[in-house]
Amino acid sequence: MNSIQALIVDDSAVMRKIVERAVRQAGIELSKVFEAGNGVEALAVLAENPVDLILCDINMPVMDGLEFVKQLSGVANAKQAAVVMITTEGSESHVVQAISLGAKGYIRKPFTPDQVREHIVPLLTVKA
Amino acid sequence: MKTARETSATGHHQAWAPILEVSLREVFEMMLSSELKDADRAQDGPMDMTSMVGLAGQLCGVLSIQCSQEAAKLMASKMLGIEPQQVGPELCDAFGEICNMVAGNFKNKISGLGNGCILSVPTVISGNDYSLHSSADSDTLEIRMAFEGNSIVTSLRVQA
Repeated sequence: MNSIQALIVDDSAVMRKIVERAVRQAGIELSKVFEAGNGVEALAVLAENPVDLILCDINMPVMDGLEFVKQLSGVANAKQAAVVMITTEGSESHVVQAISLGAKGYIRKPFTPDQVREHIVPLLTVKA
Repeated sequence: MKTARETSATGHHQAWAPILEVSLREVFEMMLSSELKDADRAQDGPMDMTSMVGLAGQLCGVLSIQCSQEAAKLMASKMLGIEPQQVGPELCDAFGEICNMVAGNFKNKISGLGNGCILSVPTVISGNDYSLHSSADSDTLEIRMAFEGNSIVTSLRVQA
């Protein structure tokens, strides 16, 4: 698996760090990690930087994760990115909505590095 | 999963006590790599940190976690993989996220609540010179457990 660039979107700075740590513990090599506190900040990051992986919360202020994923279709720097939702919001309707908007996976908090590996690695392998 | 020795419940939601306990244990095991122990393994200390998350929809109420500031710092340090003395402004963010994950994990285990109940953003209170009054306290579940020797109290107040 090649080293990848990731964007982590969560309104909790602590959770962004935890997600990054879990991804690294899962054996996924990250060459660069961008962080954003909501969908608007994430779109601003993507305006300047291409990424391979986007890990996104759903419940966030300003622009939530579902609206952000909806807007990704028009973002050139996200065309090759695998989008995985990571959230406490585990309702079936949100899962269905996220997948229909283009997300490739869904991880519920709390999670283990093993669960992160299980959900993310196949997506990156397919890309490679 | 073991059952906590000190679990109390009033009203019609007593059957949820084991589910709340499992939800709590899972968050600590998966996110903090820490196994909660029975309450009699905890030292009494000031319960001067409180985090709260509101629930609305099919279930209306408040879930709260109380512990000492030392215990909250230890939780944050374990979440972030740093020493407790290195924990700074992220303390409230981390403590609030723990409460948020317990609330989310709990509601996702109750049939029908996953879609029918939303969570508020977490609120964290420092200090213990306050009284909490909620209209959602007709039924209360309370679980006392030990986290690394520190007492933690998790309460779910439900509007019946």
